[in-house]
Amino acid sequence: MVVAPLITDTVTEPMMLRPFEVTAVTQETHDTWTLDLKVADGGDDLRFRPGQFTMMYVFGVGEVPISIAGNPSHPETLVHTVRAVGAVTNAICALRPGTVIGIRGPYGSSWPVVAATGRDIIIVAGGIGLAPVRPAIYHVLEHRESYGSVSIVYGSRTPSDLLYIDEIHDWKSRFDLNVQITVDRGDGTWMGDVGVVTPLLNRLSFDANHAAAILCGPEIMMRVIAKELARRGMPTADVSVSLERNVKCGVGFCGHCQIGASFICKDGPVVAYDDVADRLGMEEL
Amino acid sequence: MASKVVGVREFDSLIPLLRDRGYDVIGPTVDEGTIVLDHVATSADLPIGWTDHHDKGTYSLDKRADEAYFGYAVGPRTFKRWLYPPRQTILTIEHAETGLVFKPEPTADERYAFVGVRACEIAAMEIQDRVFAHDAFADPHYVERRARSLIVGVNCAVAGETCFCDSMGTGPECTAGYDLVITEVVSGERHEFIVESGTDEGETILTELDGRPTTPADRKEVRTIIEDTAASMTRTMPKDETYSLLTENLEHPIWDSIAERCLNCTNCTLVCPTCFCSTMEDMTDLDGRAVRKRRWDSCFNREFTFLHGHAVRFTTKSRYRQWMTHKLAYWYDQFGTSGCVGCGRCITWCPAKIDITEEIAHLAEQTREEVAT
Repeated sequence: MVVAPLITDTVTEPMMLRPFEVTAVTQETHDTWTLDLKVADGGDDLRFRPGQFTMMYVFGVGEVPISIAGNPSHPETLVHTVRAVGAVTNAICALRPGTVIGIRGPYGSSWPVVAATGRDIIIVAGGIGLAPVRPAIYHVLEHRESYGSVSIVYGSRTPSDLLYIDEIHDWKSRFDLNVQITVDRGDGTWMGDVGVVTPLLNRLSFDANHAAAILCGPEIMMRVIAKELARRGMPTADVSVSLERNVKCGVGFCGHCQIGASFICKDGPVVAYDDVADRLGMEEL
Repeated sequence: MASKVVGVREFDSLIPLLRDRGYDVIGPTVDEGTIVLDHVATSADLPIGWTDHHDKGTYSLDKRADEAYFGYAVGPRTFKRWLYPPRQTILTIEHAETGLVFKPEPTADERYAFVGVRACEIAAMEIQDRVFAHDAFADPHYVERRARSLIVGVNCAVAGETCFCDSMGTGPECTAGYDLVITEVVSGERHEFIVESGTDEGETILTELDGRPTTPADRKEVRTIIEDTAASMTRTMPKDETYSLLTENLEHPIWDSIAERCLNCTNCTLVCPTCFCSTMEDMTDLDGRAVRKRRWDSCFNREFTFLHGHAVRFTTKSRYRQWMTHKLAYWYDQFGTSGCVGCGRCITWCPAKIDITEEIAHLAEQTREEVAT
């Protein structure tokens, strides 16, 4: 076994937190908020690639991994959309402008938006899964001429659970985007589709051999969509999914987020469906 | 590199010599009926005249007929306790009026000299180097401690009953990764240490030890000791087969059979010299200060995989499968090596007497039978 020599003077703490100030808080739904943050230590903005995440730390409460939901070409504002489900996310959602929290990262892999240049783009998101794909949507829309057809399929539980509703209206009003929205249960005012996202794929036109799919949502949704895309002739190597596990360190040291041979924090969260297809169907892996 | 044959009295000057050179010496010592690794000040602290007996879920010490210094195999502690301590402060957080102030924990000043490091433990350090120093990120605390450490290896003259390093290709001979390596010769009236250097620092230390030059007969003696130790091992691991065997049998009934015995006690992961899982703990006080520490964790703990309020791996079966498939299969994908060095600690210290070499042999056998029928 040959191991390279250790060079000590170039190693700095990879888990170092930085202070970020909350500059704006927007309530998206009854349980989900979007926070704008800016660097509070006078240092560089947090540059990131679409699909990456940070660890968000609230003093005295704890830390959670949250995907970045902002625009990668505007790193001066770090945007996170958070659903209040546990102690830390509830504390994050209760933050008000002016509060300083800790941020470390960005960590992890990214959506292959650059590698997909020239291809048709299919983005499918479920629930809070729209937040991690939004940076990819921003990138694709800013470089719209570099891609073929672009489709966004989004499903949520109810109409009032839909995120970024104003933006969705903007996207729907564009002629160069195919936007399909569905909800599990409608309400008195909902005029759109009801049901799972899978049938909506029939309304997309794409060249199966020259496309890239970006999927983020419950694992069962991603599996079903990936299989449907494969049925329509798309190589599963061109399908990317974002996985979620218990991330503690973010840097591949702690082992918590392992699934098969991958540490989700550094080998993921974005992985090629090909690489994980056999693992996603297996319980408790 | 240089070599020398050193008598007992001269050898006794080694640990003080290392301490004079500024090293904090960590070596074997007897404590509460086990040979553990701890701080040692003189040769008198070493387990002189003791040996250890190992079996599944069994460990005991016995007096030897001689006064051998290193006449035992391995104890429950490993050197990872010093390179990657059970608790490590990562940073401190202060809640100041201007917001939050984060300070990284400075790396420690200690320079350790590890004495009595077996070949399997050198192999384990090189595996942890891949995790903490040569992967996507590097841990400054590990890298600093490791780079400053001195390794005094020992070629094993006895194998524990649970040892299987020979089949893993990691021992019983220290072939690289040491500053000095010792082969202890104890037979009849003869008690000598054949010491070889592997680095410049080792060679400098060796020049300060009195001794005679090594002869071809001494070198032959070293070879004989190593070969006899290798030949005495009864357990084996089919190193080249474990990857496919495990990844192709993730839903084999053998996992149910192991789960019936496994207690989820985490012993195997804590005694393993390569297991590296940890968790993060913030200790926040009432004065607006928090300390973030990394603490050893285990994939056998239920909370280890908590996601959205429940454990991804909620059964013992899935947690044992995680440990064994990681150690003997996925480690290859992640770090280009097995995660096992064949030290046998997980067998000795398993209160349920689960033996990974036996379980792998059962799986291989059952898979062959399934193919045959």
